Amino acid sequence: MIPYMLCFVLFLVGLYGVLTRKNILKIIIGLCVMEYSLYLFLAMTGYIEGGAAPIIDPANRAGSVVDPLPQAIVLTAIVIGLATTALLLAIAIRLYKKYKTFDIDKINTLKG
Amino acid sequence: MDSLVPLFVIIPLGIAFIIPLIWQVTRGVFRFLPGAGMLAMAVLAFFMLFNLGGESIVYKVGGWEPVNNIPIGIHLVADPLSLMMLIIVNMIGLFAALFSIPYIDKYTGENYYYSLFSLMVAGMNGVVLTGDLFNMFVFLEVSVIASYSLVAFGSSRDELEASFKYQVLGGIASLMILFALAMTYWYTGTVNIADASEIIRSGTGTGTAIFIQLFLLTGFGLKAAMIPFHAWLPDAHSSAPSPVSAMLSGVLIKAIGAYAILRLFFSMFSLSIEIGYILIILSVLSMILGGILASGQWDYKRLLAYSSISQMGYVIMAAGIAMVVLVRGQDAGIAALAMAGGLFHMFNHSIIKGLLFLNAGAVEYATGTRNLKELGGLASVLPITSATSLGATFSIAGIPPFNGFFSKLIIIIAAVQARLYLLALIAVIMSIVTLAYFMKVQRHIFLDKVKSARFAKVREVPWLMSLPMVVMAIMCLVMSIMIIPGVRDTFLMDAVNALLSIK
Amino acid sequence: MTIIVKNVTALLAGLVFLYGCYIVLHGHLTPGGGFAGGTIIAGSFILLVIANGIQYFRLKKEKEESSMFEGAGILCFLLLATGGLLLSVPVFFRNLLPGGTPGELFSAGVIPLYNIFVGIEVAAALLSIFLAFVIYKTEE
Repeated sequence: MIPYMLCFVLFLVGLYGVLTRKNILKIIIGLCVMEYSLYLFLAMTGYIEGGAAPIIDPANRAGSVVDPLPQAIVLTAIVIGLATTALLLAIAIRLYKKYKTFDIDKINTLKG
Repeated sequence: MDSLVPLFVIIPLGIAFIIPLIWQVTRGVFRFLPGAGMLAMAVLAFFMLFNLGGESIVYKVGGWEPVNNIPIGIHLVADPLSLMMLIIVNMIGLFAALFSIPYIDKYTGENYYYSLFSLMVAGMNGVVLTGDLFNMFVFLEVSVIASYSLVAFGSSRDELEASFKYQVLGGIASLMILFALAMTYWYTGTVNIADASEIIRSGTGTGTAIFIQLFLLTGFGLKAAMIPFHAWLPDAHSSAPSPVSAMLSGVLIKAIGAYAILRLFFSMFSLSIEIGYILIILSVLSMILGGILASGQWDYKRLLAYSSISQMGYVIMAAGIAMVVLVRGQDAGIAALAMAGGLFHMFNHSIIKGLLFLNAGAVEYATGTRNLKELGGLASVLPITSATSLGATFSIAGIPPFNGFFSKLIIIIAAVQARLYLLALIAVIMSIVTLAYFMKVQRHIFLDKVKSARFAKVREVPWLMSLPMVVMAIMCLVMSIMIIPGVRDTFLMDAVNALLSIK
Repeated sequence: MTIIVKNVTALLAGLVFLYGCYIVLHGHLTPGGGFAGGTIIAGSFILLVIANGIQYFRLKKEKEESSMFEGAGILCFLLLATGGLLLSVPVFFRNLLPGGTPGELFSAGVIPLYNIFVGIEVAAALLSIFLAFVIYKTEE
């Protein structure tokens, strides 16, 4: 149970980073930390002690294998995370070119 | 008919990825592709809705049959509610795509615009069709990532800032949803919605279920921009190009926010009075604060964005009333009435708000500004925009015989029947506030006198922009027929029954 | 970069590319598959760009080409999935081809084909992302 709790703690660490940091890049890193905590959590839900990789092996069909579904989910989530992070970084670069700063307090044309 | 279901995902995805290959050789014909695809899908959804007669199709992707009654593989579920959502998404998508053709002309990279637009529609179609939690998450991400880049499409200061804000809050929401999904898989061992609901409803771990529900509510609440989570919406929806705003406000927050809340909380979890009250509190906050904040805006599109928050409050309030009624054990008919009102209002609001954002786009296209203080007296130079905008105003403020009146009336009647008199009162008052701030829009933009000499040579917008507006304005009136019993049964009550599983 | 780096990357890039192809082709037999292999293939191109500087490829044209490949990869994937819908038993994403013996290279029906298209798409997409960043940097 404790590893699951630690994942949740890591999730909250990332959330704290996103909510309190002022630098755009640190916010993006915070989002990544949140993501990785979820990958860990998902990978752990499918773990079986002593289980092999979930690939059909004609020589050894009797042994127990770990649950493949969370692994597929994690892989898909990694791809989605890649797209999100790339887009965030692209926007961050463009923001830097317009405002010459990464400080979100100085990027504030929209209000109300 | 079964094999038609995946077409709703195949067509927009195909269009999205064929445009980058062929746009150089087609001499602009590619601009009509997304519109044509969405027209085909809207017709297909209508056809399926009338032929199903209240039944639902479960389509097993890849032909994976259940083993020992445990579903493996992804299921697409086409029931009346998802078909109704498909009609909304593709219809508004069609109008916005047509409107885009003249509007996007001034931007560079049109091909990317139409690709991303189709991708967004593909994601929304997938979200409303899927019967699998993780598949829902994937489609949701497809549509929101496309919408992030569409918001930043003009890449000016405002648009980039709005897109960044939208991405950070949207990212937090997506991760909350993924966390809830991981918890669901950990708890039930399945990601199929129908299968998970059986395990959750028969299970004992109510603490875990409530934990999952709170995470889901936060995640989808952020996506639907309910009030404490609304910070991104006014920026994103007002900065985006107008047809995209119409899509975001008209459909996106409904398909991936409100629809997902309705679907998961009514079909997957056991109903609980606490969630019902949380939904009601969130919705009342949204209605009141959204309305008040909208009244103080001087940017046309920003006002519309706040108004969206306020109107979505009605939809979620109807869902909350239905849930409270069902848990209390009152007459299920009242719950069905409230839910019908909510879905009807969702349908109406997507047409009305789509139309209003297209109006805002037309005004901006013709005059180059959307500041209410600078505009004025446009009724004589923009007759079509002005007339359609007046229709939408009457409709959203709830003036008979426009459709907005009937949907609000149904919600209020349901609230009174459920003995939630305060909610009925709030709904009536906020309807008047809505009328007030839309009258402000009418006065400052279309009536009044011309304030600046540079509006003297303003012309009416091209026909491709006015056609969608006229059609949508007519639909604002025509949709009132949905309260006639025969039409209501096939169109609205089937969707309600699919959601509340009343046979 | 120095001549040593340039020559060594020129030698290595081909090997990295081949390794990526190996991972893609054996996606149904070993851990890995389209996404992992595609990332490695993109890595070989990125290595060349980094070592030889941004003049090495005519980057603008290169980016357009990789976008084309990306679109083509996804379209092939979609066509293959739709092919299941059109032929004999109409099921989206149906496995059209015979399964073969598990463990051999030519087995598992259409799954290796899916892996190849995913590999093309991922390699092209990652390369486009990288090139987009590089081009944006040089435009200033």
